[in-house]
Amino acid sequence: MGKKILLEHDHVPGIQGYEVYRNCGGYASVEKAIKTMSAEAMVEEVKKSGLRGRGGAGFPTGMKWSFLAKPEGVPRYLVCNADESEPGTFKDRYLMSRIPHILVEGMITSSFALGVNTAFIYIRGEYFYIVRILENAIKEAYANGWLGKNILGSGYDLDLYVQVGAGAYICGEETALLESLEGKRGNPRIKPPFPAIAGLYGCPTVVNNVETIASVPYIINNGGDDYAKIGIGRSAGTKLISASGHINKPGVYEIEMGITVEDFIYSEEYCGGIKNGKKLKAVVAGGSSVPVLPADKIINLPSGEKRLMTYESLSEGGFAGGTMLGSGGFIVMDETTSIVENLFTFARFYHHESCGQCSPCREGTSWMEKILHKIMDGHGTLADIDLLWEIQSKIEGNTICPLGDAAAWPVASAIRHFRHEFEAYVTNPNAVNKVRHYENMNA
Amino acid sequence: MAKVTIDGRTIEVPDGTTILQAARMIGPEVAPPTMCYYSKLKTSGGYCRTCLVEVTKGSEKDPRPMPKLVASCRTTVMDGMEVGNNTSPKVTEARKGVVEFLLLNHPLDCPICDQAGECHLQDLSYEHGSSKTRTDFERRTYDKIDIGEKIQLHMTRCVLCYRCVKVANQITDGRVHGVMNRGDHSEISTYVEQAIDNDFSGNMIDVCPVGALTDKTFRFKSRVWFTKPVTAHRNCEKCSGKVNLWYKGEEVLRVTGRKDQWGEVEEFICNTCRFDKKQTSDWTIEGPTVVNRHSVISANHYEVLAKPNEFKLNEVKPLPLKEGEKS
Ligand SMILES: Cc1cc2nc3c(=O)[nH]c(=O)nc-3n(C[C@H](O)[C@H](O)[C@H](O)COP(=O)(O)O)c2cc1C
Ligand code: SF4
Ligand code: FES
Repeated sequence: MGKKILLEHDHVPGIQGYEVYRNCGGYASVEKAIKTMSAEAMVEEVKKSGLRGRGGAGFPTGMKWSFLAKPEGVPRYLVCNADESEPGTFKDRYLMSRIPHILVEGMITSSFALGVNTAFIYIRGEYFYIVRILENAIKEAYANGWLGKNILGSGYDLDLYVQVGAGAYICGEETALLESLEGKRGNPRIKPPFPAIAGLYGCPTVVNNVETIASVPYIINNGGDDYAKIGIGRSAGTKLISASGHINKPGVYEIEMGITVEDFIYSEEYCGGIKNGKKLKAVVAGGSSVPVLPADKIINLPSGEKRLMTYESLSEGGFAGGTMLGSGGFIVMDETTSIVENLFTFARFYHHESCGQCSPCREGTSWMEKILHKIMDGHGTLADIDLLWEIQSKIEGNTICPLGDAAAWPVASAIRHFRHEFEAYVTNPNAVNKVRHYENMNA
Repeated sequence: MAKVTIDGRTIEVPDGTTILQAARMIGPEVAPPTMCYYSKLKTSGGYCRTCLVEVTKGSEKDPRPMPKLVASCRTTVMDGMEVGNNTSPKVTEARKGVVEFLLLNHPLDCPICDQAGECHLQDLSYEHGSSKTRTDFERRTYDKIDIGEKIQLHMTRCVLCYRCVKVANQITDGRVHGVMNRGDHSEISTYVEQAIDNDFSGNMIDVCPVGALTDKTFRFKSRVWFTKPVTAHRNCEKCSGKVNLWYKGEEVLRVTGRKDQWGEVEEFICNTCRFDKKQTSDWTIEGPTVVNRHSVISANHYEVLAKPNEFKLNEVKPLPLKEGEKS
């Protein structure tokens, strides 16, 4: 069994409530931080821990924290990104609904480290039932003196609010999130300035994912060095993986980074192998935005060694031969899956979620969806495949926010690794099992 | 001060200058095209991506190239920066892509569009686009709507540059105009199609790079290249009163702000000057206006008729060096 940090007490009955959480050692990090540590020392510990952002980009958290501007007389904010809308990702939902206090504790500890007196949890609208769970946990934290004025008699004040989004994927992009939090249309901002300099209401702001913040209490309790020992190299710590698709045991797993992909898919501890004895065809390893890889490429590295569940190993082989850990949305597809159809579903999603500010993403995502629809309908041509390739290459890197890239990469990788399937669709449409998904979905 | 080199030409500019502004200071040969940036509107730019450039050297201190193309209208120069615009094959490719995206759903109804002849999208596609389309899908269409008595919005032609939104936010009062919906369903609209009724709303027409916002008092009166622009002014208590009058024969067909070489108005004008003062006797005429842009309209009026790209390559002499500029 690998080490569990976030889900250590997941099995304890009543862990959702304050008493049980506290009895399991909860809120110790707040006590330790406020009573014995300086803010700088805490940031130092987080730096040492090697913790990287769990929202998708994997940016070192300690470094992000140290970039936070601290001008006199200007408030600073901490915002937790609980918008979790990346297809294939549902780990934050699991964590918040089962152990809400770990996020509340993490928010308090992190706020103290950043010198923040007002913090927000921005949560997607579809998670309305979790809003109640979180608000209840926050109420309990206030009642027990962990939030509010003069926490633990230290003179430190902190208020924590939950803000509900209206269910737009783009509001997970940190600057769109801030716009939305300010009550505006959720359009990504043009950077620079970055939130660390001018974020919420123009003030210095740190935006972190739920899982990132929930990892902070452990680091404060046990020290950055201890955390850095878990995992491998620059992939320190544990990671929540949302496993879905054609596997025997879909669900959320906390893994120690460094286990092999093969182990993760086939071992009984995790996914338990492919369903119905079928063969593995492809994996999208980090949420819908990352490149899809065929079975042999996801299990083995180009060198022949086993690929590991780490930031580095998953991206080995670059864009042509590798993928990314992303948000840890691990989607497994067996031999019966049509890559074209799967890609169409993704393309449809990005078209629907593009905010429409910049022309390559606004027009390109819709164009790609239409072409894929045409191919699925049996009206595609070989030229359409090349055109798809062209379109994604003209979107990638040319947009305001990474949603454009996220829409381009799945298309690029699907064509790169599974071109023969697209060709089959266009050269012999009657032979492929035509699925009228689109019509069903729009019925 | 920062020294920046664009397409091999070096200029020294104040810190905080954007790459685009620096390029404009050097001259039109190196200035990237713009569809959404507007120097008179705060926070404009960044949306259309036509002004993307390649930064091949970040600065003297950190010479690494930037990993992606950047929007020159929103990126400030660093001392020692080197930028590729027309000389960068990556930029040419990306720009071609952007033009294709902008035209993907554009109706290309230039023959019946009032903007034809002074349309930035026409110029852009002429210089950077391809002569063929690769889409065979139905184009996006919308119903025309009136925003106020004098302005018509035809979303079908819109490229979502957000300029009119900035005009509405920054120079008119009351925030009733904005973007609704998302992605390629985005739509410029007013609050429940409310009439925009205030003194400066007409400037939306001037800032619109395409024919999406048009002057209802001018619609279908004449092709712009048959009208003669003159520079004129009047004493106006609301605005500077500095305008262009567009004559056909003796008749003033329309009044607009004065546009500079980049197609941007020099000063915003009020609706009274724009819509209600259409008599020669309302104005003091200063003289004929030279439209200093590489567009059909300028070519037809004041020079030989030439395609903008030939015009640019063969006939425009390099501008004299400006102060501080080294060649
Ligand atoms: C289109 C888009 C959607 C995103 N959605 C989320 C999300 O739902 N949750 C999240 O934590 N980060 C999301 N991100 C990443 C955030 O912009 C940001 O990098 C992250 O919240 C930073 O936190 P971290 O450093 O803890 O990972 C998204 C990014 C993009 C471009
Ligand atoms: S890339 Fe897409 S989602 Fe991001 S700002 Fe541009 S249009 Fe909006
Ligand atoms: S002009 Fe710079 S992005 Fe539109």
